[in-house]
Amino acid sequence: MATITTEEVKHVAALARLEFNEEDIQQFAHQLARIIDYIGKLNELDTADVPPTSHVLPIRNIVKADAAKPTNRRDDFLEGAPSAQEGYFEVPKVIE
Amino acid sequence: MPLHELAAHELHEKLKAREITSVELTQSVYDRISAVERRVQGYITLTKDIAFEQAEVADAGFERGDEMQPLAGIPIAVKDVICTKDVLTTCGSKILHNFISPYDATVMTKIRHQGFVMIGKTNMDEFAMGSSTENSAFKITRNPWNLDTIPGGSSGGSAAVVAADAAICALGSDTGGSIRQPAALCGVVGMKPTYGRVSRYGLVAFASSLDQIGPFSKDVTDCALMLNAICGHDPMDSTSVNRPDTDFTQNLVNGISGIKIGIPKEYFIEGLDADVEARVRDAIEVLRGCGAIIKEISLPHTEYAIATYYIIAPAEASANLARYDGVRFGFRASNAENLIDMYRKTRSQGFGEEVKRRIMLGTYALSSGYYDAYYLKAQKVRTLIKSDFDSAFETVDVIAAPTSPTPAFKVGERTDDPLQMYLSDILTTPASLAGIPAISMPCGLTHSGLPVGLQIIAPAFEENKILRVAYTYEQHTGRHQKKPNL
Repeated sequence: MATITTEEVKHVAALARLEFNEEDIQQFAHQLARIIDYIGKLNELDTADVPPTSHVLPIRNIVKADAAKPTNRRDDFLEGAPSAQEGYFEVPKVIE
Repeated sequence: MPLHELAAHELHEKLKAREITSVELTQSVYDRISAVERRVQGYITLTKDIAFEQAEVADAGFERGDEMQPLAGIPIAVKDVICTKDVLTTCGSKILHNFISPYDATVMTKIRHQGFVMIGKTNMDEFAMGSSTENSAFKITRNPWNLDTIPGGSSGGSAAVVAADAAICALGSDTGGSIRQPAALCGVVGMKPTYGRVSRYGLVAFASSLDQIGPFSKDVTDCALMLNAICGHDPMDSTSVNRPDTDFTQNLVNGISGIKIGIPKEYFIEGLDADVEARVRDAIEVLRGCGAIIKEISLPHTEYAIATYYIIAPAEASANLARYDGVRFGFRASNAENLIDMYRKTRSQGFGEEVKRRIMLGTYALSSGYYDAYYLKAQKVRTLIKSDFDSAFETVDVIAAPTSPTPAFKVGERTDDPLQMYLSDILTTPASLAGIPAISMPCGLTHSGLPVGLQIIAPAFEENKILRVAYTYEQHTGRHQKKPNL
């Protein structure tokens, strides 16, 4: 059985900007280990010469004409913001 | 028969003949909702004012004798993962509990152009992550066939309201089976089109290389009409495919003589419910009786699909869900010490358990030192799964199989064991990973009276073959006429 330590869970949580209590961390360590264990099934397959599929469609970069279009809907978008001021999104102080 | 029990194509004839009005029809659907919604719990938001306004516009068009689109005046429900301008779009999540979309998804623009009537937004597993609709932050939707059971997921609300006649059709989204599995469990028709057929613009992203919008309907004809309405190239989605528009109703042909149907032995697995297997085998015999050539085939990498899917989908989700940080929209936690703390508190309080689990799994799979072992490995196996289908389609036209290994399970039965829940998707994830179209349609009931779904899978952009086989089957069985006893 794969093991995932509580330290690893804390590290991944920090990367994902999530916080958990000790009980949740224990549970995640257990559940993730079980899922990772199951996923280990893929190692039964030799894929050395298999190209990866990131996308099913044979399309490459899509470019658009470099033309200006009216897209300024600032006020509409700010309406849904948890906090806004003078045309900006407001967040807690970043620089002391 | 009450109006809400009819299919869109039947209602269209009545609307066109001025036998009924869209306002009467819309009222009939809301009356039905009043009667059943307390038990089914399929909707997050009802949009009654908008609906009657749209119904009046449609009626005026019919009155004037305008050329009316097939979905004009038809009451349709929309999964709450699809952005609807000026209407709450929650994705079943606390983090978007107050999000009023400032714009319409392209599919909404398209069905508005048809003159549809929006009944409401349907319940779903949070961010479409789940197979039972128990992961919604708001409510648990029940299966109209048995209120103790789940409707499937993640589009459980859309499937349940169509099954309960609380909408005529609905839109859903399918990443690993989220249209097909609930369609199977609720006894309605649900189709995941080819990846790239339907614009994802305005579909809140879960796993971008897999997500696809598709229809729920009461029969195959309505499925074709919904596809006509929503498919097509969209410059706003760079993975939208530019192909000439086709009229899917051309494929509603009763006759499949000589069509080769492959039966993948790997889909008749241990753990497949005996009644499900029996109903699907019966359906295959019906197709044989209609002149189809039935052939056993092998899709050897099927057993690796769940493991592949549960790396790729969470990895993409962990990136897509980074945007929920409490800055621009939705929920923001209070009492944060600084910006990073605000992100953390907002996300930790705003996301539910399953969403956090998948973000953790995806972040882990993509984190330094693990990328090759997990994500790259999964992408390589994805190639093998896709190749299985490519080889199979060299000898058969379509593939027929069960949609879900079991009928609807009990509410709460799988919530304690995430892996067990993930295995619900075992027969739907392979087509998702290959990006190919697949339908689930009703093929009878189990002994305990729960619906069973027949899945029909075709090569990319060959929805026409699926529709032909599905339509022929429906014409020979009439099974879609069975209704739950609510």
